[in-house]
Amino acid sequence: MSAGRTGHAGRAGDAQPVLEVQDLRVELDTPRGTASIVNGLSYSVAPGETVAVVGESGSGKSVSVMALLGLLPAHARVGGRALFRGRDLLAMGEPELRQVRGDGIGMVFQDPMTSLNPVLTVGRQITEGLLAHGRVAGGRQARERAAQLLADVGLPDPRAALGRFPHELSGGMRQRVVIAIALSGDPALLIADEATTALDVTVQAQILELVDGLRAEHGTGVVWITHDLGVVAGTADRVLVLYGGRCVEDGGVDDVFERPAHPYTQGLLGALPQLHDGPGGRRSELVAIAGAPPPPTDLPPGCVFHPRCPVRGDERCALEQPPLVPVALGARPDGTAVPHRAATFHDTAPGTGGAGS
Amino acid sequence: MSDVLVRARGLQVHFPVRARGLRRRRTGEVRAVDGVDLEIRRGETLGLVGESGCGKSTLGNALLRLVEPTGGRVEFDGTDVTALRARELRALRRRAVMVFQDPYASLDPRATVGQTVAEPLRVHGLHPGAAARAARVAELLELVGLDPAAAPRYPHEFSGGQRQRVGIARALAGEPDFVVCDEAVASLDVSVQAQVLNLLRELQQRLGLTYLFVSHDLAAVRHVSDRIAVMYLGRVVEVGDADAVSTRPQHPYAQALLSAVPLPDPAAERRRERIVLRGEVPSATRVPSGCRFRTRCPRAFAPCPDVDPALQEAEPGHRAACHLHGVVGTPVPAEQRGPA
Ligand SMILES: Nc1ncnc2c1ncn2[C@@H]1O[C@H](COP(=O)(O)OP(=O)(O)O)[C@@H](O)[C@H]1O
Ligand SMILES: Nc1ncnc2c1ncn2[C@@H]1O[C@H](COP(=O)(O)OP(=O)(O)O)[C@@H](O)[C@H]1O
Ligand code: SF4
Ligand code: SF4
Ligand SMILES: [Mg+2]
Ligand SMILES: [Mg+2]
Repeated sequence: MSAGRTGHAGRAGDAQPVLEVQDLRVELDTPRGTASIVNGLSYSVAPGETVAVVGESGSGKSVSVMALLGLLPAHARVGGRALFRGRDLLAMGEPELRQVRGDGIGMVFQDPMTSLNPVLTVGRQITEGLLAHGRVAGGRQARERAAQLLADVGLPDPRAALGRFPHELSGGMRQRVVIAIALSGDPALLIADEATTALDVTVQAQILELVDGLRAEHGTGVVWITHDLGVVAGTADRVLVLYGGRCVEDGGVDDVFERPAHPYTQGLLGALPQLHDGPGGRRSELVAIAGAPPPPTDLPPGCVFHPRCPVRGDERCALEQPPLVPVALGARPDGTAVPHRAATFHDTAPGTGGAGS
Repeated sequence: MSDVLVRARGLQVHFPVRARGLRRRRTGEVRAVDGVDLEIRRGETLGLVGESGCGKSTLGNALLRLVEPTGGRVEFDGTDVTALRARELRALRRRAVMVFQDPYASLDPRATVGQTVAEPLRVHGLHPGAAARAARVAELLELVGLDPAAAPRYPHEFSGGQRQRVGIARALAGEPDFVVCDEAVASLDVSVQAQVLNLLRELQQRLGLTYLFVSHDLAAVRHVSDRIAVMYLGRVVEVGDADAVSTRPQHPYAQALLSAVPLPDPAAERRRERIVLRGEVPSATRVPSGCRFRTRCPRAFAPCPDVDPALQEAEPGHRAACHLHGVVGTPVPAEQRGPA
């Protein structure tokens, strides 16, 4: 059993969640049949908490958040509930959702150009939102506030930047502008989907630091979506591991990285090349996971990971779907308790695939 | 036989920048590769890292003469590649090959996997005759871990990892000595990436291949490389044993780059001190005078704008182009010393 750092109750554990996703399901009809893209996803995000959603491409990360924001194609069938400050996003109409997207939930996607208008200046794009949501009294105040926001996200010479067009900025600077826009509505929740994936590591480090600072300062809840496990180790409080549209493991970041309980999580961590391998570890064989993830139109019965699972204890794995159940008491980095859960019939020895120990 | 298979000396690739309009006047140049000295030893993997736009792909292409160098030279197995004529160039194309990043874009969607892998055999006149060629294709597919029965199938029927295996089989068809892997695993998921990295390593051992492994992913580079070269703005600024470069980087840029790589280890991440760089990489059309890193270097000092640092030994077998290890290099003419 893991040594969960239980004890004193802390902020993240106690507060009313900003977001509570319950049994989220998304299905889409495709030429290849019905795609079951998200299959019963539940999690919550407390104020000031960073929840990382990790998984390989196609595991349903993006669709799971687009569903919350009403950004899926109209023919998508979405089920479950997603309470944002107690109100169900999935029950809202488009006008109400648009209001929430601009004022309450901030979004940052991988490609900043999906959020920016190429023919408007950076200044216009920020002030429009501020004025539309009545956050400023007039144009002059809007420009002041916009310049302040750009300064907050670390844009050099923010006043000059107001007059620039997106194409005049580098990728890292554009992503800062998108973050400034996301923050202009003073969001209670920030959703970042592969927000640093296209950036170089030195710029990525700047953005991670920026978002983490803003989270700490404003108590923003953050959902950080990425395929890159390294990116979340330093900033997440809690991690959810997605596979085939299901959460196969979740828990405090230390618990999941150091004592992964699900064979898939163990496999992912074992497959990662390590920067700080000892000299003996270099050029050794990586422990690859055989095969490839299943398409959502063709999910296997039983445990969704069983065709690739090196453990695959018994018949049951192929027939029954393992529920997500606690495997240990667990904790966030700040010491507050949070269960460490995994959806597997066979919880293998801790630490086997861990990167940290 | 020298133990160096590929050598670049003062290698330059400058691309012209032209004005818009009919005359397309030349207004400047992109110094994509700007004086690179590099040696790749037989049988080793040299990792090449650096941020996007620093010139990694251009350097890899120039070593294979897929782009024409504008200065300096490249030697492959002792011969000057830049002076080769058509027939000799074809021989080079067989011995020195590229595995590309994108297994989706680099395969012809209308050609079967078998046709794709057989193409270099046809071009180089190897294994002539339908039966011999089919046998060789089957052998190559097996070599990269694919079922030889897959030969009649089309690329869209394969996953990303399998397509990358097809790309590798094709690259290996002519029994090359030298393979440039340019972001060869970048578009693959972690679990599949590990399969391909393992395959590349196994092939190297079996076939005695020499690799230039180009990647922006330092952990992957560290995993596969014997030695690592770090590039910044068209120049190799550090090169040495993989362990030494990744644990004791000597150039301030390499130090910052390594400190920014996220580690999948929460405890280590919390202990870590990051060197956060100021500003952004300058444009390759306006390279700063002297040390090209000086505009962002936290340790820049008096000689940095005035002397272009040469690679020099910082510890045995580990070289860095930085004046902190002694002011050595090419003085900048007084009129070119800018404040920028
Ligand atoms: N509009 C759509 N129609 C049909 N399938 C889709 C659609 N959007 C996404 N998918 C499929 O859903 C799965 C999950 O996609 P996505 O959420 O984008 O994955 P991730 O973000 O984890 O990489 C993928 O298999 C993808 O092909
Ligand atoms: N054919 C070309 N014409 C003009 N500029 C180019 C060309 N190819 C590359 N460049 C420029 O050369 C520099 C180096 O590019 P590249 O070698 O692709 O870098 P990397 O592979 O490290 O990302 C960049 O500034 C890029 O824009
Ligand atoms: S339930 Fe069975 S198949 Fe699924 S992860 Fe656990 S051991 Fe593997
Ligand atoms: S030569 Fe000067 S500017 Fe360049 S890396 Fe060394 S200390 Fe920094
Ligand atoms: Mg996605
Ligand atoms: Mg490149």
